[in-house]
Amino acid sequence: MLDIEIDGKKARASEGSTVIEAAERAGVHIPHFCYHKKLSVANNCRMCLVQIEKMPKPLPACATNVSDGMKIFTHSGLVADIQKGILEFLLINHPLDCPVCDQGGECHLQDMAVTYGGARSRYREGKRVVSPKEGGPLISMREMSRCIHCARCVRFGHEIAGIMELGMTGRGGSSEIQTFIGQSIDSELSGNMIDLCPVGALTSKPFRFLARSWELSRRRSVSPHDSFGSNLVLHVKNDRVLRVTPHDNEEINECWLPDKDRFSYEGLASADRLKKPMIRVDGALREVEWNVALDYTAHALRDIVGTHGAEALASLASPHSTLEELYLLQKLTRGLGSGNIDFRPRRRDFSTDGKHSGIPWLGLRIAEITDIDAALVVGSFLRKDHPLFAHRLRQLAKKSGRVSLLSVLEDDPLIDLHARITVRPTGLAGVLASIVRAAARIVNVDGAALPEGIDPFPENEAVRVIAESLVNGKNCAVFLGNAAEQSPQAGLLHALAAELARLASARFGFIGEAANSVGGYVAGALPSGLNAYEMFGQPRRAYILHGIEPGLDCHSPQQALFALKQADMTVVLSPFAGGAFADYADVLLPAAPFSETSGTFVNTEGRIQSFEGACPPLDRTRPAWKIFSALGNMLGLPGFDYDSSARILGEIVPPGSAFVDGLDNSLTGSANLFMETGLFADGVLQRIADVPIYFADPLARRGAALEKTKDSFPPEARMNAKTLERYAISTGDRVYVRQGGGKALLTVRLDSSVPDTCVRVSAAHPVTAGLGDMFGTLEVERV
Amino acid sequence: MSSMKEIFGSFLLRELFGGLAVTGRYLFAPKTTVRYPEEKIPQSPRFRGLHALRRYPDGEERCVACKLCEAACPSMAITIEIAPDENGKRCTTRYDIDMMKCIFCGFCAEACPADAIVETRFYEYSAESRDALVWTKDMLLENGERCEEQIAEDLGRDMKYR
Ligand code: SF4
Ligand code: SF4
Ligand code: SF4
Ligand code: FES
Repeated sequence: MLDIEIDGKKARASEGSTVIEAAERAGVHIPHFCYHKKLSVANNCRMCLVQIEKMPKPLPACATNVSDGMKIFTHSGLVADIQKGILEFLLINHPLDCPVCDQGGECHLQDMAVTYGGARSRYREGKRVVSPKEGGPLISMREMSRCIHCARCVRFGHEIAGIMELGMTGRGGSSEIQTFIGQSIDSELSGNMIDLCPVGALTSKPFRFLARSWELSRRRSVSPHDSFGSNLVLHVKNDRVLRVTPHDNEEINECWLPDKDRFSYEGLASADRLKKPMIRVDGALREVEWNVALDYTAHALRDIVGTHGAEALASLASPHSTLEELYLLQKLTRGLGSGNIDFRPRRRDFSTDGKHSGIPWLGLRIAEITDIDAALVVGSFLRKDHPLFAHRLRQLAKKSGRVSLLSVLEDDPLIDLHARITVRPTGLAGVLASIVRAAARIVNVDGAALPEGIDPFPENEAVRVIAESLVNGKNCAVFLGNAAEQSPQAGLLHALAAELARLASARFGFIGEAANSVGGYVAGALPSGLNAYEMFGQPRRAYILHGIEPGLDCHSPQQALFALKQADMTVVLSPFAGGAFADYADVLLPAAPFSETSGTFVNTEGRIQSFEGACPPLDRTRPAWKIFSALGNMLGLPGFDYDSSARILGEIVPPGSAFVDGLDNSLTGSANLFMETGLFADGVLQRIADVPIYFADPLARRGAALEKTKDSFPPEARMNAKTLERYAISTGDRVYVRQGGGKALLTVRLDSSVPDTCVRVSAAHPVTAGLGDMFGTLEVERV
Repeated sequence: MSSMKEIFGSFLLRELFGGLAVTGRYLFAPKTTVRYPEEKIPQSPRFRGLHALRRYPDGEERCVACKLCEAACPSMAITIEIAPDENGKRCTTRYDIDMMKCIFCGFCAEACPADAIVETRFYEYSAESRDALVWTKDMLLENGERCEEQIAEDLGRDMKYR
């Protein structure tokens, strides 16, 4: 610790910190543009100049380190003169645009000009004009004359997003911020540049010209998408969410937000919103009043349970539902006597159910990710599944932590990888077993405890490198991604990861697919009867679906849709009318999305985050916890009298707890984990079904701007050159992809990231809703 | 002594005549009352009457939908909704001034960076229902068209004091 003096006040600063950081700690604000706490120092705006005793000239506070006894003057007459001068220079070329600028009212430059600038402009000459640029569907770059060349956006791409998508061309007065020629901004973190840009050069396209910052009320919330539970600020006007920005939380999302969380709000106002309850009358869905719909539902459910037994009922909820909703749905289902309840619709292998020692989770806190020495990620489309997890790993790799990847696609995670192995989905377990064996050899344990039936791949260089990095590192972790959890070998992978973690004294865990992937376990929304896959494999007579669209959200949409169409009664709770519901839903109940209900998400590190609704429910929509309570009461089930969601939460976790108890990834046995499948036969084509980032859940699918991004391209049949050759097809051909009785007409594309004898056919899209298992076999047939 | 004076004064109705003298003076003084509506008093170029939204000579609306007038209005009489128009230009989709709330302070005109919203000399807009006293964008634009000449002249005359 160093002793310094800022503006005559004594302060302490840690060694190596810059003057601007030290001042911030001491509560003194030094105006700045280019400095940002998460980015490297660019030292190019000069707004932060301060006077330092014994220094002949003023120095930039962002690029000067403190030293013991330093006396800093941040508001002396000279500094004030400099600030005035800098602003005058900046405003020479800055248009007088504030009235039409979306940044107006929350603009750094505006604030600084008012606080530190001169009162009058002396400049009479012409201003430079920068031509508008095309920034893609999310970022508006129409008014680039406003840019002050702080280069925050450039540094962000380079340092945080892992890909430089904006750069500065030209010099001096002709410098311009541009995208690379012929390229657009496609990063899944790109929206953060809007926040970073201190002026109105980069602004949000969907929010463009819709409101001014001062008319928006800001309400805290939690992201309903991926398993991080990023903290949000919803900006609401007239009961409509008009924009979403991050709420700083160093433990979770820092100051960042993935584009999915930032722009999915458009879905909240989509034309597809369900406004009134509907029931099927004479074959068509008709709008009815709530009491009619609930009455009808309660009667029908009781009838079916009475006639066919409780086993005829199955309930499936989305892992994006709140903790309270998951809890009430399982309470309701069990109250009716059925154990067929699940919240993991995209899962295939449930062989570890009942063998968990606790609640599966990330295995460590999110903030700890950047401190580990080596990490292995198994089966994840990192950037597209978990943008911020990938960001943390990227920072880890930069800190010379070793990040290795075992995946089913050779996609670019934009991380400096230590080693990577890409195999067909069925190979994941074999390779992981091989890594386990190599690790055992390195730590000198005779023979690893491999689950029975596993056939390890021959050890190669990459396997050895990965095993070594994990064994030699002190603090390591193995992570299982979405593809690992959705794979038919999920149980095996779990057991193998546990064994690897044991051998390497590492931690291991699941990155988690959705906002409540941990919460579902906490709420007990787990089957004591049929699980999410079986409940459609063995069709039931009645279903309750909450927040999912089975054609898009289930492991095998084919099987799910078949089961639903033959069911006598399907009750759907959803914020959206979703076209496909018309085919099978008997009751459609409008349930409030996350912005219109209170609730709780438990993120992947087990953190309990409750939030309030930001606006009242649209039209006749109601919070799902209220719907379940009402339904429970109508069915005469005990314990459904809730007057707030907080009451329900109190029943699930002890009041006031910040993290859930009982997080534990270990298994209590590894017998019978092996899922037999015909997948291993040579020559079969295997499907690799990624869930495209903006199709992952019903809300994200309806984000109008997200739909226009490159990540929202419709599914194609992607194969590598070898596979194409073997089947004598070429890029651009139209093919039928068949799985079971269903098929999809797709365009073939050459994709060298796909392993041999595999076809990448994305899930979660209406085009592929007729297909079967996400990681099953398939046939390709030329049209 | 003074009480004697008061007694005589009151007997001779001194105060009454004093009062009548004032009345008499005004009876013959020049009249200030005008016979509205046949006659009207003169107005200053800064008169703050009914609002108008102006257009540029080529017909384009001056308003750039910045919402500063709405923010400046102390009685929250202005309601604006904005959206990009078909050319991507910022424009108002709704611009209402509730004349029952407006206190004619002129802050909106003061705040406007485009001289788009102004207060005209027109003040005869009484109506029989409350609804009719909410002036919408079309009505305000129409008022602007009607008064444009006068507005331009008034603004011109005021310019040198700004
Ligand atoms: S960037 Fe800031 S200063 Fe520049 S026009 Fe926009 S609001 Fe005004
Ligand atoms: S566009 Fe914005 S963030 Fe990028 S250099 Fe210009 S002012 Fe800075
Ligand atoms: S009238 Fe003037 S102040 Fe009001 S929104 Fe239009 S341009 Fe802005
Ligand atoms: S903030 Fe220090 S030079 Fe820009």
